[in-house]
Amino acid sequence: MKTRYTYGGDEHIYVEMDDEMSLDAFFKSLSMSNAVRDADIHGVTEICPANASFQVKFDPDMIHPDEMMRRIKDLEHNADDADKRMKTRIIEIPVYYQDPWTHETLMRFRERHQDPNGTDLDYAARINGYDNAEAFIEAHHSQPWFVSMVGFVAGLPFLYQLVERDKQLQVPKYLRPRTDTPKQTVGYGGCFSCIYSVRGAGGYQMFGITPMPIFDPEGKQNYLRDFMVFFKPGDIVKWKPIDRAEYDRILSEVEADTYVPRIAEVDFDLDAFNADISGTNAKLMEALNVA
Amino acid sequence: MSLKIVQPGLSTSIQDLGRPGFFHLGIPIGGAMDRFALRCANMLVGNPEGAAGLEVVFMGPQIEFTRDALVAVTGADLPAKVDGEPRDGWTSFEVKAGQTLSFDFLKSGARAYIAISGGIDTPPALGSRSTYPIGALGGVEGRNIAAGDVIPLGEADLIEAGQTVPADLRRMPGNSAELRVLPGLYWHRLTEKAQQGFFDDDWTVALEADRMGYRFKGGSALEFVDREQPFGAGADPSNIVDGCYSYGSIQVPGGLEPIVLHRDAVSGGGYFTLGAIISADMDLIGQLQPHTPVKFVKVDMDQALAARKARKKMLAEVRAHLG
Repeated sequence: MKTRYTYGGDEHIYVEMDDEMSLDAFFKSLSMSNAVRDADIHGVTEICPANASFQVKFDPDMIHPDEMMRRIKDLEHNADDADKRMKTRIIEIPVYYQDPWTHETLMRFRERHQDPNGTDLDYAARINGYDNAEAFIEAHHSQPWFVSMVGFVAGLPFLYQLVERDKQLQVPKYLRPRTDTPKQTVGYGGCFSCIYSVRGAGGYQMFGITPMPIFDPEGKQNYLRDFMVFFKPGDIVKWKPIDRAEYDRILSEVEADTYVPRIAEVDFDLDAFNADISGTNAKLMEALNVA
Repeated sequence: MSLKIVQPGLSTSIQDLGRPGFFHLGIPIGGAMDRFALRCANMLVGNPEGAAGLEVVFMGPQIEFTRDALVAVTGADLPAKVDGEPRDGWTSFEVKAGQTLSFDFLKSGARAYIAISGGIDTPPALGSRSTYPIGALGGVEGRNIAAGDVIPLGEADLIEAGQTVPADLRRMPGNSAELRVLPGLYWHRLTEKAQQGFFDDDWTVALEADRMGYRFKGGSALEFVDREQPFGAGADPSNIVDGCYSYGSIQVPGGLEPIVLHRDAVSGGGYFTLGAIISADMDLIGQLQPHTPVKFVKVDMDQALAARKARKKMLAEVRAHLG
C-alpha cells in the first residue's frame, strides 16, 4: 500500500491510500480523514472519505495549497498506527430480488448491457461461475457487507462484501449508463454493491429492490427524522431476501411510518476479521438475530 | 410579498451560494453556476451577495409581481422587459406591484440571474435555498419553478434604481472559450501522447451540459498507460476503485468524451479524472452554450492561484463601485 497525494484543481487535495480495494486501505483512509478533521486545519471546508481514498476541500484564500498538502502529509504517520477497530452497527436490509420494477428497467436499457439477451442477474451469475441466478443471489446475501463509502448521489452507500478476496463477486458496470434506475434499487459494479437512494441515472447492474427508504428529505420516516441520510461509512449490512408479500407488507409499514429497521450495535475488529472471517461474520449476524 | 410564476421558462431554479458541508454524503454544494453573476445581481438590488435568486437557462420566465421591487438581471445576455418595455442588463430597475417581468430571446451566454430586492424566501434545506432536484432539496418543494407557483420574498428596504455594473467589470462569454486545467488526480493514467492531445485538440460543448456536469466532444480518444486493473476497479482502463470527485474535475469515461463536474456534481464514482478546471473558470463554464468551441489550457498551481486572485479583485471592484 503506497499513499499517493495529488491536487484536484486549486481547491482540493486527493489522497489515495491504495489503487486497489481492501479493508486495510479503507481503514487507513477513514482514520487519516478523521485525523484531518481532528487537526481542525484553518481553511478546510469539506472532508470526504471514500473506499480507499479521501478528499479535502479547502479555501486557497485562507491557506496555500502547498501548506495544506504539508499539513495533511504530516498526519499520515497517525493513520499508520491507527486502531483498526470500530464500534458500529449491523443493519438488516430486506431485498426483493428479481423484482418487477428493476426487471422492467433493465429490459428498457438492454441495448446498453453486455448481454442483451439475459437479465443482469443471469449475466452476473454466469461470469462469476454460478449455475443460475438463485445460486448467485444466495452468494450475494449469505455474508454481511461493509459500507466503505457514502456518496455519488444523496446518501447512496457503496458496500464491500466481508469475504475472502477470491470469493468476492465482481461485475462490470453497464456498457453505457442508464438514464433511469428505480429508487432503492440494489445494484452492483466492480466489487461493490450499492443501494440507489433516489431514482436517477446509474451504471451498476440491478439485482433487486428494498422497500426501506434510506434518504428522506421530507422527514417522513421515524428512523430518519434526526438526519435525512441513513448510512455512514463503517455500517455493516446483512441483506435479507424477501418475497412480494413481505415487500408489500414492509412497504405499507413504511407508508404508515411504523417500519423500524432491525439494527444491532457491534464491534468490528479488522485483525480479528482477517484471522477468522467466517467466525467474525457468524458473530455479527448473531447480534442481529437477537436484536 | 411574492412572485407569481406565469411561465417558468425552460429550466429556472432558485439558487443561492449553495450548501457546503454535505458532499461526504453525496449532497453537492449546488448554488449558482455563475456565482459572480449572482453576487452582482444581488448587490445591484441591495441584497446580501448570497441571497437566493433565480437561475434562468436559455429561455426566460414570465413573472407577475405582487409588490414593488427592485430587480437586476446579470450573467447571460437575456434582455429583460417590464410590461413589454426593455430594461438593461447588469442594471437595477423597478417593477411595480401588478407588473410583469418577461424576457426576449437569449443573445449570448447560457444562464441569466435574476435578483429581487429582499431575496427569495422559500424554506432553506440544509442551510440553503438552492434547488437540488435529485435529492428533492431546496427550491420549490425540492424542484425547479413551475407555472402557478407563488414564491415568497423577504423584506427589503428599497434602494435607488439605476445602479449598474460597469461594462469592463461584467464577465461575458465570447464565441469560444478557454478553460484552464490543473493536471492532477489520475493524470498519470494517460499516455504522454494523450496528455498532449487533450490540450492540443479542439473540443465543443456537447448537448449534455447541465448543473451536474458539462460534456465535451470532438477531440481524439485518450489512450491509457497499460496496466493490470487493480482489484475492485472494474475492467475498463478508465475505471478506478470508486473515489471522490472534485468540483471541476474532468472524467473521461472510456477515454472518449470529457465531462467536467459542476455545482451539482456527483460526489464520487469509478471513472479516472485527469485533473480539474481551476476555480477561477468555473463560473465561465455555466455560461457556455452547446456547440461552443473550447480549448483546454494547461496551467500550474501558481497560475491557478493568480487567476483566482484576479477574479477576487474583479469582485472587489464591483463591490467598491456599488458601495
